[in-house]
Amino acid sequence: MNAVVKRFPVRLDIRRGTVDMTHGSGGRAMAQLIDELFVKHLDNELLRQANDQAMFAVPAGRMVMSTDGHVISPLFFPGGDIGSLAVHGTINDVVMSGARPLYLAAGFILEEGFPLADLERVVASMGRAASAAGVPVVTGDTKVVERGMGDGIFITTTGVGMVPAGVDISGDRARPGDAVLVSGSLGDHGVAIMSSRENLEFETRIESDSAALHGLVADMVAAVPAIHCLRDPTRGGLATTLNELTRQSGVGMVLQEDAIPVKPEVTAACELLGLDPLYVANEGKLVCICRQQDAARILAAMQAHPLGRQAAIIGAVVEDRHGFVQMQTSFGGSRIVDWLAGEQLPRIC
Amino acid sequence: MKYVDEFRQRDLAQQLAAAIRQAVNPDRRYNLMEFCGGHTHAIFRYGVQDLMPANVKFVHGPGCPVCVLPIGRIDNAIQLVEQHDVILCTYGDMLRVPASGRKSLLRVKASGADIRMVYSTQDALRIARDNPGRQVVFFAIGFETTTPPTAVAIKQAHAEGLDNFSVFCNHVLTPAAIQNILESPEVRAMGSVSIDGFFGPSHVSSIIGSRPYEFFAEEFQRPVVIAGFEPLDVMQSALMLIRQLNEGRHEVENEYTRVVTREGNLKAQSLVAEVFELRRSFEWRGLGLVPYSALQVKGSFAGLDAERRFDMPAISASDVKGCECPSILRGVKRPTDCKLFGTVCTPDNPMGSCMVSSEGACAAYWSYGRFRQPEMPDSEESAA
Repeated sequence: MNAVVKRFPVRLDIRRGTVDMTHGSGGRAMAQLIDELFVKHLDNELLRQANDQAMFAVPAGRMVMSTDGHVISPLFFPGGDIGSLAVHGTINDVVMSGARPLYLAAGFILEEGFPLADLERVVASMGRAASAAGVPVVTGDTKVVERGMGDGIFITTTGVGMVPAGVDISGDRARPGDAVLVSGSLGDHGVAIMSSRENLEFETRIESDSAALHGLVADMVAAVPAIHCLRDPTRGGLATTLNELTRQSGVGMVLQEDAIPVKPEVTAACELLGLDPLYVANEGKLVCICRQQDAARILAAMQAHPLGRQAAIIGAVVEDRHGFVQMQTSFGGSRIVDWLAGEQLPRIC
Repeated sequence: MKYVDEFRQRDLAQQLAAAIRQAVNPDRRYNLMEFCGGHTHAIFRYGVQDLMPANVKFVHGPGCPVCVLPIGRIDNAIQLVEQHDVILCTYGDMLRVPASGRKSLLRVKASGADIRMVYSTQDALRIARDNPGRQVVFFAIGFETTTPPTAVAIKQAHAEGLDNFSVFCNHVLTPAAIQNILESPEVRAMGSVSIDGFFGPSHVSSIIGSRPYEFFAEEFQRPVVIAGFEPLDVMQSALMLIRQLNEGRHEVENEYTRVVTREGNLKAQSLVAEVFELRRSFEWRGLGLVPYSALQVKGSFAGLDAERRFDMPAISASDVKGCECPSILRGVKRPTDCKLFGTVCTPDNPMGSCMVSSEGACAAYWSYGRFRQPEMPDSEESAA
C-alpha cells in the first residue's frame, strides 16, 4: 500500500495563527506557509513547479517589464485591498506601453505578528485579481522582519508583457495639437483610502477604482494603434501625470475644467479635506494622448468598455517651452495645474 | 455639490464681471486687499483676476496663519521635541515651514522626533489619552476661527484631569493686524503702497462678527466688505467695494450674510474669553511686534499652558536673507518682486513661509498664476 506521507502533519492555523520569524527562515515553516497559503490561492502550473524561478517561452518581439512596491495603509479599503492593488498596479504599469501582460512575480515582506488570517485574505484577493486578469503570479519570495520593523505587509510585484508590432507608446511622444483623454472619474481611490483612515473616518459610498486596465488598453490599441502616450495617474493624480508627460515631451497643455469627470461625492470629500481632486490618486484610470483626428475613434472605443464608460476628452497639447499645464476654469478664469508639492497624503498605494 | 456649486457658476461670474466693468471709473485705480489667505487661494484657483478690469488689483494680505508665525515660534516647537521629548501634535501645514538652522518640523520628524499631524484638537486629546506616560503638546496656530476648538480642548483636558496634555498657544487676532497694516508708514505716510479697500475675512468674521471692523473703516477711511470664500463671493464683494469707493463711502458691509452677523458667534466668543486672555504684544512675521494682537492661556488654566510647563524662552530669529515674506505679508511687495521667488524658493523647497501654505501669496502665485509672468523659470526647472 502506498501511504502518502503528509509533508506537514499539523496544518497551518490560519484562523488564529500569526506570522513568526520561522516563516521567513527558509525552513519547513516557510515551505508550509508557501504550500498551504500562497500556492493554494495563487495556484498555476509554473508556480507549482516550485523552482526559484519560473521558466516560460516568449514570442518574438518587444517585451516590457515593470515593478511596483505596495505599502498602503489601511491594508483593506472600500473597493479593494493591498493584494488586488499589487496585481492591478503592476499590470497597469506594464500595459501603459500598449503591451499584453503575461506574468507577474510577487515579493512579500511580512512583519512578525501579522495575522495569518489577514495574510490569507490578501493572498486570496491577489489570486482572484490575477486570475480575473488572466495574468498568473508565477514566482515569488517571502521575507519576515521583526515586529516593529514593518507595517504588517509590504508587497512588491513585477510584471512582464509583450508589445504588439506597430505600437509605439511613450511619454515623450505628445505633440502640439494632440488630444488629451481620461478614461473616467478622477480621485476615487484616494478618497476611498482617506475615508477609511483611522483619524479621518467619514461616511462615503465611494469605492476605490482599483482595476486592471489591460482589456481597456487592448480595445484602445485595436481601435487606434498609433496612440502617442498612455499613463495611469496614480500617486499625485492627474495633475502630476500631465506634468510628467509635458516635461518628457517638451510641450504644454490646456485643459477644460468642465470636461474633467469627477464624482460629486469625491468633489465634496475633497472640499471637506481641503484637497484638489486633480491631485488625488487613481488606481483604475488612464490618461491617453493621441492625434486630434484619432480622438473620436479612441473615445468611442474607451466608452464601449466597462472601465471607460465615463471617458472624456479633457484638453489639448500645445506648444509651450515652459511646459505649463494650464486650465480654463469652470468659473471662466485660467490657472496652472502644477506639480504636486509635498504630499497630499502618505501611503495610498 | 449643493451650497458650493451655486457660488462657482460661470454665467453669474460673467454677469458680475460685466457689472464690475460698468461700475469702475477708468481714471482711478482700485487696490483691494484681501486679508485672508482663503481669498488669495480662491482668486488664484478660479482665475478671478482674469475677470477683473486692469485697474482693479488684488493686494494679498497677511491672513495666512502659517505665514505670519515668526521663525522663533517654530524654533520653540522644535526645542520642545528635541529637549523635552514631547509628542508634538500639529496641523499639517506647519510641518514644512522653514525654521532656523535649515530645520523644519518635517526634517526633525525624519530624524526621529515624535511629531504627529492632526486634523483637529480632538485628535491631539486622543493621543494624550492613549499615551499617559508621555507629554503631549498641541501646537495651536490660527486666527479667531481655530481658537474656539483649542479652547474646547483646554476645557476638556482640564475637566478630565489630563495632566500630560498642554497647548503651545499661537492664536492671533485679525483686527489688530489690519490696523497695524493701515498704520504702517508705507501705507499711511509715505503713500508708497495704496490699499483702497479691504475684503474682510469670512470664517474669522463668523466668530467675531462684522462689528470689530467698524472702528478702522471709520478711523482710516477705508471700506471693508466681509466676503465669503467662494469665487462669486469675491467678485460680488469687489463690486461692493468699487461702489463704495466711487461714492466716497467707507463703511463695513457684509456680503457673507449667509454666515456672518454683526455680533458674531457669542457662544464661541465667551468660550474663548473664558480660556484665553490678550497678550501685551506678539511678534508677527512681516509686521513685527503688534500690541494686543494675540492670545495666551489664562492663569486659571495655567497648568495646560506649554509655555509655562516647559518654561519656553522667547526666541528671536531672523528670516532667510533676501526673503521678502515680511514685505509681501504687508502688501508692500508682490511675490514676483522677491529675488528668491521661483529661483531658490518654490513650494518644493520653500525658503519663506509664504511659499509653504497654499494660502500663502507666493505659493498661490507660483502654483496657479506663474504663466502670467513669461520671465518666470519654467516648470521643468521647478521639478528638478
